[in-house]
Amino acid sequence: MLQDLAAVDTHPLAATAARYVGLLPLIPLAGFLVNGALSLIPAYKRGPGDPSAAGHDHEHDAAAHAHAVDHAEQAGAPGDDHHAVARHRFAGVTSVVGPLVLVLSFALAVAIWLAMMGAGEMNTPYVQRFFDWMVTGDLKISWAFQVDQLSMVMVLVITGVGTLIHIFSIGYMQDDPGYPRFFAYLNLFVAFMLVLVLGASYPVLFVGWEGVGLCSYLLIGFWFSDKANADAGKKAFIVNRIGDFGFLIAMFLLFANLGTLDFTRVAASASSLGYDSALVTTICLFFFLGCAGKSAQLPLYVWLPDAMAGPTPVSALIHAATMVTAGVYLIARSGFLFAMSPTACITVAVVGTLTALFAATIGLKQWDIKKVLAYSTISQLGYMFMGVGAGAYAAGMFHLVTHAFFKALLFLGSGSVIFAMHRAYHHTGSHEDAQDMRNMGGLRKYMPVTFVLMWIATLAIAGVPPFSGFFSKDGILGAVFARAQHGALAEATWLGMPGSAVLYVLYALGLVTAFLTAIYMTRMMLYTFHGPNRTGEAERAHLAEAPWSMTGPLVVLGVLSAAGGWLNLPAALPIGPVGVLEHWLDPVVGAATAAVAGTASEAVTSTEYFLIGAAVLIAVLGIAFAVARLKPAALVPKRDAVPSHGFEHVLEEKYYVDEIYDDAIVQPLVSGSRNVLWTGIDRGIIDSLFVNGSAVLARGVGWIGSQLQSGETGAYAWAIAIGALAVLGAFTFR
Amino acid sequence: MISEALFFSAVLFTIGVVGVLTRRNAIIIFMCVELMLNAVNLSFIALSRLHGSANGQVFVLFVMTIAAAEAAVGLAIIISIFRHHKSVDLRNINLLKG
Repeated sequence: MLQDLAAVDTHPLAATAARYVGLLPLIPLAGFLVNGALSLIPAYKRGPGDPSAAGHDHEHDAAAHAHAVDHAEQAGAPGDDHHAVARHRFAGVTSVVGPLVLVLSFALAVAIWLAMMGAGEMNTPYVQRFFDWMVTGDLKISWAFQVDQLSMVMVLVITGVGTLIHIFSIGYMQDDPGYPRFFAYLNLFVAFMLVLVLGASYPVLFVGWEGVGLCSYLLIGFWFSDKANADAGKKAFIVNRIGDFGFLIAMFLLFANLGTLDFTRVAASASSLGYDSALVTTICLFFFLGCAGKSAQLPLYVWLPDAMAGPTPVSALIHAATMVTAGVYLIARSGFLFAMSPTACITVAVVGTLTALFAATIGLKQWDIKKVLAYSTISQLGYMFMGVGAGAYAAGMFHLVTHAFFKALLFLGSGSVIFAMHRAYHHTGSHEDAQDMRNMGGLRKYMPVTFVLMWIATLAIAGVPPFSGFFSKDGILGAVFARAQHGALAEATWLGMPGSAVLYVLYALGLVTAFLTAIYMTRMMLYTFHGPNRTGEAERAHLAEAPWSMTGPLVVLGVLSAAGGWLNLPAALPIGPVGVLEHWLDPVVGAATAAVAGTASEAVTSTEYFLIGAAVLIAVLGIAFAVARLKPAALVPKRDAVPSHGFEHVLEEKYYVDEIYDDAIVQPLVSGSRNVLWTGIDRGIIDSLFVNGSAVLARGVGWIGSQLQSGETGAYAWAIAIGALAVLGAFTFR
Repeated sequence: MISEALFFSAVLFTIGVVGVLTRRNAIIIFMCVELMLNAVNLSFIALSRLHGSANGQVFVLFVMTIAAAEAAVGLAIIISIFRHHKSVDLRNINLLKG
């Protein structure tokens, strides 16, 4: 402990902005407190209850009172025409405080980052302890934050992209009665997310991990007066519990075997677990179970598509850019453990690849624009796990960063589209689906800025050079191919199969997924922005671009999506500084990467050019295929659509996974709980036997006692005499 | 000498116990209780002499004092029972229910 403190004092970051790292989560937390307090003030003079409930009341009120706001002038929050009536009384304060705390956090993050740049080579993390959190027996956990290259990448993404999304949310949400509540939750989410990535030990990380889960739940169910939204929030929360169980078990195993949970100490003593031992594999797989829950991998991905019930900025921030990538971060952070277990590594890569492929096929046939993006997110998260599973931690993190850019852009762009659609339908009082692509079409004429930016993001996610997604996806696929050729994973066996063969298959499936990605993204763009408009004659006149407060953040994200690839250029394409991010992350994940990859030569070979060429060809072919096959002109609006048949229908119904889970797990659980646990055990044994049984027993004993008490003095005298004899006898003959 | 005294005390005590258990007349039972008390007194005196200590005799004086008070209270209760029931036969009386 003393040595640690000394080490902190002499750390190159000790006297820099990094010493204020504790403020990073506190600033958004302050925003949460302010906005949370505002949200407790009822929005309207009548109805002191919840703002949303008050909104309902007000809707009826508005017609009756002359001073009430004019319905037609209020666009309201898209996707939610029931609640939006009027602005909250303190919307102006929230508009300032909500994004401002994010700007301040981002500024502090940049200051710390600049300090790290100034400090030069930094091979040990800067750990700042605030107080002892849990001290019992051998367990000693401090509330400590850790600043290193990996956490800094995450902090910059969270605060940077978070700031843009907060600014976007002003325009998107300000007509919602729950506006301050929305920003309170959003600020709280950022605070917990920063705790997650800054925590210096697994328990502190876990606090953030659970905190973001809570905020996710609150924001998915933001419009909780619709039962479907509340159910979606519950589903996300419950599915994540399964993953968190795995996380906890892994932590317990680590503590039982190593006696510590600090990242630095676990990393130092991890080798005592034994290379490729059953123990380290178990720990890694339990951690991965946690990741599969949080990052929506097979088989726990089902909550993420439903999470689209939340407002679109929430989908962009939490369910695309930051929270769902926490699992990738956790594996990169635990690289020292995963590098010791090739079995766990290949498992992560296999699950990631299968998820990527599975979700991409579903994305092919979705009609809800946000559902397409949701499955696309699951698919891209699968790519990230493919990367970190193959021990390419830098490549996985690179894809995390670029995905944060282009997926946030896609979600915010779709939000902008939904906003316009919703406003148009609101003007005419229509109840058509504002999120269904069959009701869109031809929007490029009405929303040119969104149109161009969405195409940039689409090209990025499809992997077309020179956009960011091309470089990051190529990095992952190239790493998987390289691991298949040589290194610890190629020599390992996985379920009796040679690791090399498994990885070659994964690479091929990765290419197939890239092809599908290009198709479903192009399909989304074609149906949304191209072809004739299907919104409706009356509504068409009201379609318009969103205000600049919303398109501004989109432009910034568009630049990042286009140029993000320069963060980590491959050695084969030296059109700028090569491998910046990889070099930056080297002190954290370099040792783990080397352990998995072996001493492979990094020389550029013709194979690499072939791989790059294949990836580009696949992406271009996918886009061309979609353009050639899909006919937006032939599409009919949602209300006229005919049901699909065969495999198409299976895809549209998402392989019936929700139904299968419902029949195989949920219903047996419900009926088992009702018939066995409730009727049998609770009512039968506990209620009847224990609760009522003890009453019957007491009454019976009392009845016997009352019979003895006859009131006959003679009987009492006999009882006394016999009792006295018994006592005397006991003393005499003991 | 001492064993005779204790034997006599035991006989008196047993007679008292048997009387309490078998008789029905409240007055007789009451007298049997007094008999038991005096049997104990006799033991006290005998043991006091055996140990050469006055403690036992002091106890006897206490017991006799208490017994006198108890006799007064007990006879008063019996009289009031008789006034109420016109009988002192305990078979007819079961008032000592909880």
